[in-house]
Amino acid sequence: MKRNLPLFFAFFCGLLVIVSEFIPHRPFSLMIDTLQEWFMIISGFAIILGQISLFQSNINKIKQKDSGWMFYLAGLISFILMLIVGMFWGTQETGGLFGHGTALQARLGMKPFDYLFEFAYMPLSSTMFSLLAFFIASAAYRAFIIRSFESNLLMLTAVIVILGRTSFGSMLTGWLPQGLRFWHLPNLSDFIMEYPNSAAQRAIMISAALGIIGSSLRIILGIERSYLGSDK
Amino acid sequence: MSSFMSVFGLWMAVFFTFSIFSFLYKDNPFYKFGEQVFVGLSAAYWLVYLFYSIMLPNLFTKLFTDLKGNLILLIPATLGLMMLLRIIPKTQWLSRFPIAIMIGTSAGINMLRYTKSDMLSQISATMINPFNAATTSAMIGNILLIFGTICGVYYFYFSKKQEGISAVPSKLGIWFLMISFGASFGYTVMARVSLLIGRLEFLLKDWLHIIK
Repeated sequence: MKRNLPLFFAFFCGLLVIVSEFIPHRPFSLMIDTLQEWFMIISGFAIILGQISLFQSNINKIKQKDSGWMFYLAGLISFILMLIVGMFWGTQETGGLFGHGTALQARLGMKPFDYLFEFAYMPLSSTMFSLLAFFIASAAYRAFIIRSFESNLLMLTAVIVILGRTSFGSMLTGWLPQGLRFWHLPNLSDFIMEYPNSAAQRAIMISAALGIIGSSLRIILGIERSYLGSDK
Repeated sequence: MSSFMSVFGLWMAVFFTFSIFSFLYKDNPFYKFGEQVFVGLSAAYWLVYLFYSIMLPNLFTKLFTDLKGNLILLIPATLGLMMLLRIIPKTQWLSRFPIAIMIGTSAGINMLRYTKSDMLSQISATMINPFNAATTSAMIGNILLIFGTICGVYYFYFSKKQEGISAVPSKLGIWFLMISFGASFGYTVMARVSLLIGRLEFLLKDWLHIIK
């Protein structure tokens, strides 16, 4: 029962979704709507499970005084703080358990949740991602020194696309005569994006779709059952 | 008070910005602090967002306002609670039921969605007359589009070893893929650099008022 019943559920739900696509009438249409609503609610609980797991893992590291435990404590405190302000006074659009927190809003100039978002979350997130600009530069250098035809093709395309999307690129080849307008960097960049890039993207999409169809069938038919975990 | 809190918030943002940028020198306590605060804040941000956008309108509001009319919602609520039992080792097996429902449903949805949008529609979009184009460059582009798509798909055919003459389309497929990765790389570089400019603008404009 512990394994076979969940496998049957997976088969039934998968089959129901597929059948309802081909018979879009009652009761299948109603069943699929209900199933999708349930899916959303259960996914919500799955995300909560992930957050609990993160919380537990941080608590364990702090309890065991792992190296850098005070940083995990800072993470835990920021998690609790953001959660509390969000639950108590809500977000920009919605009120929380204690309403909209008008007095606090007057002090902070905005809701506490939005204050933390604007002055802590947003700077951290955009700086973290902007940091990647430096690592990308180092990755580009490594790709250059490989010196294979493929890596050169990759870098050449990247350079054309970058220059073609900036005013500098436009200025570089702006002097070209009308007959050679194709080689004007913005035009060349558009051509690459529209044709060779689309071709490769289509190949990836078609191939990935074939893979997804195969693995979905394996799940529905119960051949792939690793998601159930072990019996231990 | 509001202006004090604005200034405090600004300095907090500056502190976090420098904490993260300090990683460019080497891994240090300021970066680790900023990193963990970011993890904590983003986890809580998504939890709050999930609560207000999914759980509240789809479950809690319906159950609290009209329990009798929404009794059926107790089933996903129970399944959701069963999912949470995964954290207790003895009752871990109960979480298999909601996981199976989620996996089965998403397998069905994905199978249909990818068949329609990613496979059939892409194949039909590639089935064009390449010579029916307004310009010569568009005609060459169309030929490249068809040729590149076929070679790219052939590259992903792993059931037979590609050697000799059969390796040629695969090699051409790699070239098309490299062009596409190069374009994606270019776009990623531009996106990251624009974020970097945004942070520098924040420091020089909002904080130091050097630029206007």
